[in-house]
Amino acid sequence: MTCPPPAQIPALELLGFGECGWGATLIWGLGNSIVIALGAYALGFAIGICGAFGKLYGGPIAKDLLGVYTTIVRAVPELVLILILFYAFTGLLNDVLLAWGYDRIQISPIITGIVVLGVVQGAYQTEVLRGGILAVPAGQIEAARAMGMPSGVVARRIILPLMTANALPGLANLWLNATKDTALLAVIGFSELTKATYQASATTKAFFVFYPAAMCLYLLISLTSTFLIGRIEKWARRGQRDVRG
Amino acid sequence: MPERRNTGLSQPIAIRVNGLRKSFGPLEVLKGVSLTAREGDVVAIIGGSGSGKSTMLRCINFLETPSGGEIEIAGEKMLMKTDGLPADKRQLEKARQSLGMVFQNFNLWTHKTVLENLIEVPVHVLKVPKAEAIERARALLKRVGLAEKEDAFPAFMSGGQQQRAAIARALCMNPKAMLFDEPTSALDPELVGEVLQVIKGLADEGRTMILVTHEMRFAREVSTHVIYLHNGVIEEEGPPEQLFGAPKSDRLKQFLKTVG
Repeated sequence: MTCPPPAQIPALELLGFGECGWGATLIWGLGNSIVIALGAYALGFAIGICGAFGKLYGGPIAKDLLGVYTTIVRAVPELVLILILFYAFTGLLNDVLLAWGYDRIQISPIITGIVVLGVVQGAYQTEVLRGGILAVPAGQIEAARAMGMPSGVVARRIILPLMTANALPGLANLWLNATKDTALLAVIGFSELTKATYQASATTKAFFVFYPAAMCLYLLISLTSTFLIGRIEKWARRGQRDVRG
Repeated sequence: MPERRNTGLSQPIAIRVNGLRKSFGPLEVLKGVSLTAREGDVVAIIGGSGSGKSTMLRCINFLETPSGGEIEIAGEKMLMKTDGLPADKRQLEKARQSLGMVFQNFNLWTHKTVLENLIEVPVHVLKVPKAEAIERARALLKRVGLAEKEDAFPAFMSGGQQQRAAIARALCMNPKAMLFDEPTSALDPELVGEVLQVIKGLADEGRTMILVTHEMRFAREVSTHVIYLHNGVIEEEGPPEQLFGAPKSDRLKQFLKTVG
Protein backbone atom coordinates (compact mmCIF):
# COMPACT_ATOMS: atom_id res chain seq x y z
CA MET A 1 0.00 0.00 0.00
CA THR A 2 1.24 3.47 -0.75
CA CYS A 3 0.55 6.27 1.61
CA PRO A 4 -1.76 9.14 0.69
CA PRO A 5 -0.19 12.61 0.50
CA PRO A 6 0.88 13.55 4.03
CA ALA A 7 -1.54 16.46 4.23
CA GLN A 8 -4.42 13.96 4.15
CA ILE A 9 -3.11 11.79 6.97
CA PRO A 10 -4.43 12.59 10.47
CA ALA A 11 -1.78 13.78 12.94
CA LEU A 12 -2.11 10.76 15.19
CA GLU A 13 -1.51 8.42 12.31
CA LEU A 14 1.56 10.44 11.30
CA LEU A 15 2.94 9.89 14.79
CA GLY A 16 1.82 6.28 14.88
CA PHE A 17 3.68 3.11 14.11
CA GLY A 18 1.63 2.21 11.05
CA GLU A 19 2.97 2.06 7.52
CA CYS A 20 2.43 5.77 7.00
CA GLY A 21 3.49 6.78 10.53
CA TRP A 22 6.85 8.11 11.67
CA GLY A 23 6.56 6.89 15.24
CA ALA A 24 9.21 4.22 14.84
CA THR A 25 11.67 6.77 13.41
CA LEU A 26 11.10 9.13 16.32
CA ILE A 27 11.41 6.39 18.94
CA TRP A 28 14.58 5.13 17.25
CA GLY A 29 15.94 8.69 17.40
CA LEU A 30 14.93 8.99 21.05
CA GLY A 31 16.68 5.70 21.81
CA ASN A 32 19.84 6.94 20.11
CA SER A 33 19.70 10.19 22.03
CA ILE A 34 19.36 8.37 25.35
CA VAL A 35 22.14 5.88 24.57
CA ILE A 36 24.49 8.70 23.55
CA ALA A 37 23.58 10.83 26.55
CA LEU A 38 24.14 7.90 28.94
CA GLY A 39 27.40 6.92 27.30
CA ALA A 40 28.73 10.47 27.11
CA TYR A 41 27.72 11.13 30.70
CA ALA A 42 29.43 7.99 31.95
CA LEU A 43 32.59 8.79 29.98
CA GLY A 44 32.40 12.37 31.22
CA PHE A 45 32.08 11.12 34.81
CA ALA A 46 35.14 8.90 34.46
CA ILE A 47 37.11 11.81 33.00
CA GLY A 48 35.66 14.12 35.63
CA ILE A 49 36.67 11.93 38.59
CA CYS A 50 40.22 11.56 37.27
CA GLY A 51 40.31 15.25 36.36
CA ALA A 52 39.05 16.45 39.73
CA PHE A 53 41.45 14.28 41.76
CA GLY A 54 44.24 15.15 39.31
CA LYS A 55 43.61 18.88 39.67
CA LEU A 56 43.53 18.64 43.46
CA TYR A 57 46.18 16.05 44.24
CA GLY A 58 48.17 15.65 41.01
CA GLY A 59 51.66 16.82 40.16
CA PRO A 60 52.32 20.18 38.49
CA ILE A 61 52.30 18.75 34.96
CA ALA A 62 49.01 16.91 35.44
CA LYS A 63 47.48 20.05 36.93
CA ASP A 64 48.62 22.19 33.99
CA LEU A 65 47.40 19.72 31.38
CA LEU A 66 44.01 19.43 33.07
CA GLY A 67 43.85 23.21 33.31
CA VAL A 68 44.39 23.52 29.56
CA TYR A 69 41.76 20.84 28.89
CA THR A 70 39.02 22.36 31.03
CA THR A 71 39.79 25.90 29.88
CA ILE A 72 39.68 25.14 26.17
CA VAL A 73 36.70 22.81 26.24
CA ARG A 74 34.65 25.20 28.35
CA ALA A 75 35.65 28.23 26.29
CA VAL A 76 34.69 26.92 22.85
CA PRO A 77 31.03 26.51 21.80
CA GLU A 78 30.00 22.88 21.98
CA LEU A 79 28.87 22.84 18.39
CA VAL A 80 32.33 23.91 17.23
CA LEU A 81 33.92 21.31 19.49
CA ILE A 82 31.68 18.63 18.08
CA LEU A 83 32.65 19.54 14.53
CA ILE A 84 36.36 19.70 15.40
CA LEU A 85 36.38 16.52 17.46
CA PHE A 86 34.27 14.63 14.97
CA TYR A 87 36.53 15.39 12.01
CA ALA A 88 39.76 15.45 14.02
CA PHE A 89 38.96 12.26 15.95
CA THR A 90 37.99 10.15 12.96
CA GLY A 91 40.65 11.74 10.75
CA LEU A 92 43.42 11.24 13.28
CA LEU A 93 42.41 7.66 13.97
CA ASN A 94 42.43 6.85 10.28
CA ASP A 95 45.80 8.59 9.80
CA VAL A 96 47.23 6.43 12.54
CA LEU A 97 45.69 3.29 11.08
CA LEU A 98 47.00 4.08 7.59
CA ALA A 99 50.46 4.85 8.97
CA TRP A 100 50.52 1.43 10.62
CA GLY A 101 49.43 -0.18 7.39
CA TYR A 102 45.82 -0.89 8.29
CA ASP A 103 42.77 0.02 6.29
CA ARG A 104 40.61 3.01 6.96
CA ILE A 105 37.68 2.28 9.23
CA GLN A 106 34.29 3.85 9.56
CA ILE A 107 33.63 4.47 13.24
CA SER A 108 30.09 3.92 14.32
CA PRO A 109 28.35 7.28 14.76
CA ILE A 110 27.17 6.23 18.22
CA ILE A 111 30.75 5.74 19.41
CA THR A 112 31.79 9.04 17.85
CA GLY A 113 28.90 10.84 19.49
CA ILE A 114 29.69 9.34 22.87
CA VAL A 115 33.38 10.20 22.67
CA VAL A 116 32.78 13.74 21.43
CA LEU A 117 30.10 14.64 23.97
CA GLY A 118 31.94 12.68 26.69
CA VAL A 119 35.05 14.84 26.26
CA VAL A 120 32.89 17.96 26.57
CA GLN A 121 31.06 16.56 29.62
CA GLY A 122 34.37 15.57 31.19
CA ALA A 123 35.58 19.16 31.33
CA TYR A 124 32.46 20.41 33.07
CA GLN A 125 32.24 17.42 35.40
CA THR A 126 35.89 17.90 36.40
CA GLU A 127 34.99 21.31 37.77
CA VAL A 128 31.73 20.25 39.42
CA LEU A 129 33.39 17.25 41.08
CA ARG A 130 36.39 19.34 42.14
CA GLY A 131 34.00 21.72 43.88
CA GLY A 132 32.27 18.74 45.49
CA ILE A 133 35.53 17.35 46.82
CA LEU A 134 36.65 20.73 48.16
CA ALA A 135 33.39 21.00 50.08
CA VAL A 136 34.08 17.77 52.02
CA PRO A 137 35.00 18.89 55.55
CA ALA A 138 38.73 18.43 56.18
CA GLY A 139 38.03 16.61 59.46
CA GLN A 140 36.27 13.78 57.63
CA ILE A 141 39.36 13.09 55.54
CA GLU A 142 41.69 13.64 58.49
CA ALA A 143 39.86 11.05 60.57
CA ALA A 144 40.34 8.50 57.80
CA ARG A 145 44.02 9.28 57.38
CA ALA A 146 44.58 9.22 61.14
CA MET A 147 43.27 5.65 61.22
CA GLY A 148 45.80 4.53 58.64
CA MET A 149 43.49 4.31 55.64
CA PRO A 150 45.49 4.15 52.39
CA SER A 151 44.72 7.18 50.19
CA GLY A 152 42.90 5.09 47.56
CA VAL A 153 40.50 3.78 50.20
CA VAL A 154 40.03 7.30 51.58
CA ALA A 155 39.05 8.51 48.11
CA ARG A 156 36.68 5.62 47.47
CA ARG A 157 35.05 5.12 50.86
CA ILE A 158 35.06 8.63 52.34
CA ILE A 159 35.63 11.40 49.78
CA LEU A 160 33.48 10.02 46.94
CA PRO A 161 30.31 9.36 48.94
CA LEU A 162 30.57 12.67 50.83
CA MET A 163 31.35 14.58 47.66
CA THR A 164 28.34 13.12 45.85
CA ALA A 165 25.87 15.05 47.97
CA ASN A 166 27.72 18.30 47.27
CA ALA A 167 28.16 17.69 43.57
CA LEU A 168 24.69 16.30 42.77
CA PRO A 169 22.87 19.53 41.86
CA GLY A 170 25.69 20.43 39.45
CA LEU A 171 25.88 16.88 38.12
CA ALA A 172 22.12 16.85 37.57
CA ASN A 173 22.38 20.02 35.49
CA LEU A 174 25.09 18.43 33.41
CA TRP A 175 23.02 15.32 32.85
CA LEU A 176 20.13 17.40 31.51
CA ASN A 177 22.62 19.28 29.34
CA ALA A 178 23.94 15.96 28.06
CA THR A 179 20.47 14.84 26.99
CA LYS A 180 19.95 18.08 25.09
CA ASP A 181 23.46 18.29 23.65
CA THR A 182 22.74 15.10 21.76
CA ALA A 183 20.66 17.31 19.44
CA LEU A 184 23.89 19.01 18.33
CA LEU A 185 24.98 15.72 16.79
CA ALA A 186 22.36 16.31 14.11
CA VAL A 187 24.91 18.56 12.39
CA ILE A 188 27.26 15.66 11.80
CA GLY A 189 24.39 13.72 10.33
CA PHE A 190 23.71 11.48 13.26
CA SER A 191 20.16 10.27 13.49
CA GLU A 192 19.14 11.18 17.02
CA LEU A 193 15.78 12.59 18.05
CA THR A 194 16.23 16.07 16.56
CA LYS A 195 17.48 14.77 13.24
CA ALA A 196 14.69 12.18 13.10
CA THR A 197 12.15 14.89 13.82
CA TYR A 198 13.62 17.03 11.07
CA GLN A 199 13.46 14.15 8.61
CA ALA A 200 9.87 13.37 9.48
CA SER A 201 8.66 16.94 9.24
CA ALA A 202 10.68 17.77 6.14
CA THR A 203 9.14 14.83 4.34
CA THR A 204 5.56 15.39 5.49
CA LYS A 205 5.67 19.18 6.00
CA ALA A 206 3.81 18.49 9.25
CA PHE A 207 6.16 20.67 11.33
CA PHE A 208 3.50 21.41 13.93
CA VAL A 209 2.99 17.74 14.55
CA PHE A 210 6.53 16.51 14.85
CA TYR A 211 8.33 19.31 16.66
CA PRO A 212 5.80 19.47 19.52
CA ALA A 213 6.03 15.67 19.66
CA ALA A 214 9.82 15.89 19.95
CA MET A 215 9.43 18.53 22.64
CA CYS A 216 7.23 16.19 24.62
CA LEU A 217 9.77 13.40 24.30
CA TYR A 218 12.58 15.66 25.54
CA LEU A 219 10.33 16.77 28.38
CA LEU A 220 9.68 13.13 29.21
CA ILE A 221 13.42 12.47 29.53
CA SER A 222 13.77 15.51 31.73
CA LEU A 223 10.86 14.63 34.03
CA THR A 224 12.00 11.04 34.43
CA SER A 225 15.53 12.27 35.17
CA THR A 226 14.35 14.79 37.75
CA PHE A 227 12.40 12.09 39.53
CA LEU A 228 15.36 9.69 39.60
CA ILE A 229 17.83 12.41 40.61
CA GLY A 230 15.56 13.33 43.51
CA ARG A 231 15.76 9.73 44.74
CA ILE A 232 19.52 9.65 44.33
CA GLU A 233 19.93 12.94 46.15
CA LYS A 234 17.87 11.71 49.06
CA TRP A 235 20.11 8.68 49.29
CA ALA A 236 23.31 10.74 48.97
CA ARG A 237 22.17 13.06 51.75
CA ARG A 238 21.54 10.21 54.18
CA GLY A 239 22.76 11.11 57.61
CA GLN A 240 22.49 14.84 56.99
CA ARG A 241 20.08 17.04 58.84
CA ASP A 242 17.57 18.94 56.75
CA VAL A 243 18.78 22.52 57.14
CA ARG A 244 15.38 23.91 56.25
CA GLY A 245 14.25 22.73 59.69
CA MET B 1 45.48 5.80 93.64
CA PRO B 2 45.75 2.60 91.61
CA GLU B 3 49.19 1.10 91.22
CA ARG B 4 49.25 1.82 87.49
CA ARG B 5 50.26 5.39 88.20
CA ASN B 6 53.77 4.21 88.66
CA THR B 7 54.57 2.60 85.37
CA GLY B 8 58.29 2.70 85.99
CA LEU B 9 61.13 2.60 83.57
CA SER B 10 60.85 -1.11 82.96
CA GLN B 11 57.93 -0.73 80.54
CA PRO B 12 58.73 -0.60 76.82
CA ILE B 13 58.47 2.77 75.13
CA ALA B 14 55.23 3.27 73.21
CA ILE B 15 55.85 6.71 71.78
CA ARG B 16 59.00 8.78 71.75
CA VAL B 17 59.29 12.27 70.33
CA ASN B 18 62.75 13.78 70.14
CA GLY B 19 63.65 17.37 69.31
CA LEU B 20 60.46 17.92 67.33
CA ARG B 21 60.30 21.16 65.41
CA LYS B 22 57.44 22.51 63.32
CA SER B 23 57.07 25.73 61.36
CA PHE B 24 54.09 27.10 59.49
CA GLY B 25 55.84 29.33 56.96
CA PRO B 26 58.00 31.76 58.92
CA LEU B 27 56.18 30.99 62.17
CA GLU B 28 57.94 28.40 64.31
CA VAL B 29 55.32 26.82 66.57
CA LEU B 30 57.42 23.96 67.98
CA LYS B 31 61.04 24.70 68.81
CA GLY B 32 62.43 21.29 69.66
CA VAL B 33 60.14 19.41 72.04
CA SER B 34 60.59 15.88 73.33
CA LEU B 35 58.35 13.40 75.05
CA THR B 36 58.51 9.76 76.08
CA ALA B 37 55.42 7.70 76.77
CA ARG B 38 56.01 4.20 78.11
CA GLU B 39 53.27 1.61 77.96
CA GLY B 40 50.61 2.50 80.49
CA ASP B 41 51.63 6.14 80.72
CA VAL B 42 49.08 8.90 80.51
CA VAL B 43 50.87 12.03 79.33
CA ALA B 44 48.89 15.25 79.56
CA ILE B 45 49.98 18.20 77.44
CA ILE B 46 48.74 21.52 78.76
CA GLY B 47 49.37 25.09 77.72
CA GLY B 48 47.71 28.26 76.55
CA SER B 49 46.15 28.87 73.19
CA GLY B 50 48.81 28.89 70.47
CA SER B 51 51.37 27.15 72.67
CA GLY B 52 51.72 24.36 70.09
CA LYS B 53 50.18 21.55 72.12
CA SER B 54 47.75 20.35 69.43
CA THR B 55 50.43 20.66 66.76
CA MET B 56 52.76 18.52 68.87
CA LEU B 57 50.11 15.80 69.17
CA ARG B 58 49.25 15.95 65.48
CA CYS B 59 52.89 15.59 64.48
CA ILE B 60 53.05 12.23 66.26
CA ASN B 61 50.83 10.61 63.61
CA PHE B 62 51.95 12.99 60.87
CA LEU B 63 48.65 14.80 60.46
CA GLU B 64 51.04 17.72 60.57
CA THR B 65 54.35 17.28 58.79
CA PRO B 66 57.21 17.84 61.24
CA SER B 67 59.90 20.29 60.16
CA GLY B 68 62.54 18.38 62.09
CA GLY B 69 63.19 15.92 64.89
CA GLU B 70 62.47 12.25 65.40
CA ILE B 71 59.35 10.25 66.12
CA GLU B 72 59.38 6.67 67.31
CA ILE B 73 56.27 4.56 67.60
CA ALA B 74 56.37 1.17 69.36
CA GLY B 75 60.13 1.07 69.03
CA GLU B 76 60.09 1.83 65.33
CA LYS B 77 61.62 5.06 64.12
CA MET B 78 59.36 6.78 61.61
CA LEU B 79 61.20 7.26 58.36
CA MET B 80 61.12 10.85 57.19
CA LYS B 81 62.32 12.59 54.07
CA THR B 82 64.46 15.69 54.48
CA ASP B 83 61.37 17.88 54.31
CA GLY B 84 59.74 15.91 57.13
CA LEU B 85 57.24 14.11 54.90
CA PRO B 86 56.82 10.43 55.70
CA ALA B 87 59.21 8.38 53.58
CA ASP B 88 57.44 5.04 53.90
CA LYS B 89 53.68 5.10 53.34
CA ARG B 90 53.18 1.53 54.53
CA GLN B 91 55.08 2.17 57.72
CA LEU B 92 53.05 5.30 58.42
CA GLU B 93 49.74 3.55 57.76
CA LYS B 94 50.68 0.75 60.15
CA ALA B 95 51.77 3.23 62.80
CA ARG B 96 48.54 5.19 62.43
CA GLN B 97 46.51 2.00 62.76
CA SER B 98 48.17 1.45 66.13
CA LEU B 99 47.36 4.97 67.35
CA GLY B 100 43.72 5.74 68.09
CA MET B 101 43.11 9.43 67.51
CA VAL B 102 40.21 11.34 69.04
CA PHE B 103 39.53 14.82 67.69
CA GLN B 104 38.09 17.96 69.19
CA ASN B 105 35.27 17.94 66.63
CA PHE B 106 34.68 14.16 66.76
CA ASN B 107 34.98 13.79 62.97
CA LEU B 108 32.64 10.83 62.77
CA TRP B 109 31.87 10.12 59.12
CA THR B 110 28.54 11.77 58.53
CA HIS B 111 27.34 9.40 55.80
CA LYS B 112 27.74 6.34 57.97
CA THR B 113 25.79 5.15 60.98
CA VAL B 114 27.59 4.78 64.29
CA LEU B 115 28.12 1.06 63.76
CA GLU B 116 29.35 1.61 60.20
CA ASN B 117 31.78 4.22 61.53
CA LEU B 118 33.19 1.71 63.99
CA ILE B 119 33.67 -1.17 61.57
CA GLU B 120 34.83 0.87 58.56
CA VAL B 121 38.58 0.57 58.99
CA PRO B 122 38.63 -2.88 60.62
CA VAL B 123 36.58 -4.35 57.76
CA HIS B 124 37.81 -2.37 54.76
CA VAL B 125 41.45 -1.87 55.68
CA LEU B 126 42.43 -4.47 58.26
CA LYS B 127 40.22 -7.12 56.59
CA VAL B 128 38.68 -8.32 59.83
CA PRO B 129 35.64 -10.52 59.05
CA LYS B 130 32.54 -8.34 59.17
CA ALA B 131 30.66 -10.40 61.75
CA GLU B 132 33.64 -10.30 64.07
CA ALA B 133 34.05 -6.54 63.63
CA ILE B 134 30.37 -5.95 64.34
CA GLU B 135 30.49 -8.06 67.47
CA ARG B 136 33.49 -6.12 68.72
CA ALA B 137 31.92 -2.78 67.77
CA ARG B 138 28.72 -3.62 69.67
CA ALA B 139 30.70 -4.53 72.78
CA LEU B 140 32.55 -1.21 72.60
CA LEU B 141 29.36 0.77 72.04
CA LYS B 142 27.88 -0.88 75.08
CA ARG B 143 30.95 0.06 77.04
CA VAL B 144 30.67 3.77 76.14
CA GLY B 145 26.92 3.66 76.82
CA LEU B 146 25.70 3.87 73.22
CA ALA B 147 24.36 0.36 72.70
CA GLU B 148 21.00 1.63 71.47
CA LYS B 149 22.57 4.19 69.09
CA GLU B 150 24.30 1.86 66.64
CA ASP B 151 21.95 2.71 63.75
CA ALA B 152 21.91 6.47 64.40
CA PHE B 153 23.66 8.92 62.11
CA PRO B 154 26.14 11.21 63.90
CA ALA B 155 24.27 14.42 62.98
CA PHE B 156 21.34 13.26 65.09
CA MET B 157 23.35 12.72 68.28
CA SER B 158 24.54 15.10 70.98
CA GLY B 159 28.17 16.19 71.05
CA GLY B 160 28.86 13.99 74.05
CA GLN B 161 27.37 10.95 72.32
CA GLN B 162 29.33 11.68 69.17
CA GLN B 163 32.59 11.96 71.08
CA ARG B 164 31.91 8.70 72.94
CA ALA B 165 31.19 7.03 69.59
CA ALA B 166 34.44 8.49 68.22
CA ILE B 167 36.35 7.01 71.16
CA ALA B 168 34.71 3.64 70.49
CA ARG B 169 35.72 3.94 66.83
CA ALA B 170 39.33 4.50 67.85
CA LEU B 171 39.16 1.55 70.26
CA CYS B 172 37.75 -0.68 67.55
CA MET B 173 41.21 -0.64 65.97
CA ASN B 174 42.65 -2.14 69.13
CA PRO B 175 45.24 0.65 69.28
CA LYS B 176 48.50 0.44 71.20
CA ALA B 177 48.08 4.04 72.30
CA MET B 178 45.44 6.75 72.16
CA LEU B 179 45.90 10.37 71.16
CA PHE B 180 43.30 12.81 72.45
CA ASP B 181 43.23 16.28 70.89
CA GLU B 182 41.16 18.46 73.24
CA PRO B 183 38.38 15.87 73.34
CA THR B 184 35.99 17.99 75.40
CA SER B 185 36.67 21.48 74.07
CA ALA B 186 33.77 21.48 71.60
CA LEU B 187 31.25 20.15 74.11
CA ASP B 188 28.59 21.92 76.11
CA PRO B 189 29.66 22.01 79.77
CA GLU B 190 27.03 19.51 80.87
CA LEU B 191 28.28 16.94 78.34
CA VAL B 192 31.95 17.13 79.32
CA GLY B 193 31.56 14.76 82.27
CA GLU B 194 30.26 11.77 80.31
CA VAL B 195 33.23 11.94 77.93
CA LEU B 196 35.82 12.41 80.67
CA GLN B 197 34.37 9.43 82.47
CA VAL B 198 34.97 7.22 79.43
CA ILE B 199 38.54 8.50 79.07
CA LYS B 200 39.15 7.94 82.77
CA GLY B 201 37.97 4.39 82.39
CA LEU B 202 40.54 3.84 79.66
CA ALA B 203 43.29 5.35 81.77
CA ASP B 204 42.34 3.14 84.69
CA GLU B 205 42.67 0.00 82.62
CA GLY B 206 46.25 0.97 81.84
CA ARG B 207 45.98 2.27 78.32
CA THR B 208 48.78 4.38 77.01
CA MET B 209 47.58 7.81 76.07
CA ILE B 210 48.66 11.29 75.21
CA LEU B 211 46.07 13.87 76.04
CA VAL B 212 45.92 17.52 75.04
CA THR B 213 43.41 19.14 77.33
CA HIS B 214 42.11 22.29 78.97
CA GLU B 215 40.56 20.30 81.81
CA MET B 216 43.20 20.82 84.50
CA ARG B 217 41.46 18.92 87.24
CA PHE B 218 41.04 15.98 84.92
CA ALA B 219 44.66 16.13 83.76
CA ARG B 220 45.79 16.08 87.35
CA GLU B 221 43.53 13.16 88.14
CA VAL B 222 44.40 10.80 85.28
CA SER B 223 47.89 11.65 84.10
CA THR B 224 51.18 10.08 85.08
CA HIS B 225 53.20 12.85 83.52
CA VAL B 226 52.35 16.44 82.60
CA ILE B 227 54.01 18.66 80.03
CA TYR B 228 53.46 22.40 80.09
CA LEU B 229 54.10 23.98 76.71
CA HIS B 230 54.63 27.66 76.18
CA ASN B 231 55.47 29.28 72.84
CA GLY B 232 56.63 26.00 71.36
CA VAL B 233 59.00 24.95 74.12
CA ILE B 234 58.48 22.73 77.15
CA GLU B 235 58.51 25.21 80.00
CA GLU B 236 58.07 22.64 82.73
CA GLU B 237 57.25 18.95 83.05
CA GLY B 238 56.92 16.30 85.71
CA PRO B 239 54.45 14.26 87.71
CA PRO B 240 51.03 15.91 88.10
CA GLU B 241 51.36 16.42 91.88
CA GLN B 242 54.50 18.42 91.29
CA LEU B 243 53.29 20.47 88.32
CA PHE B 244 49.91 21.31 89.73
CA GLY B 245 50.88 21.26 93.39
CA ALA B 246 54.21 23.04 93.32
CA PRO B 247 54.82 24.64 89.95
CA LYS B 248 58.30 26.14 89.62
CA SER B 249 58.14 28.45 86.62
CA ASP B 250 56.34 31.76 86.88
CA ARG B 251 54.64 31.21 83.56
CA LEU B 252 53.08 27.95 84.70
CA LYS B 253 51.98 29.52 87.96
CA GLN B 254 50.40 32.34 86.01
CA PHE B 255 48.77 29.86 83.56
CA LEU B 256 47.31 27.71 86.34
CA LYS B 257 45.92 30.82 87.99
CA THR B 258 44.15 31.97 84.83
CA VAL B 259 42.63 28.59 83.97
CA GLY B 260 41.67 28.10 87.59
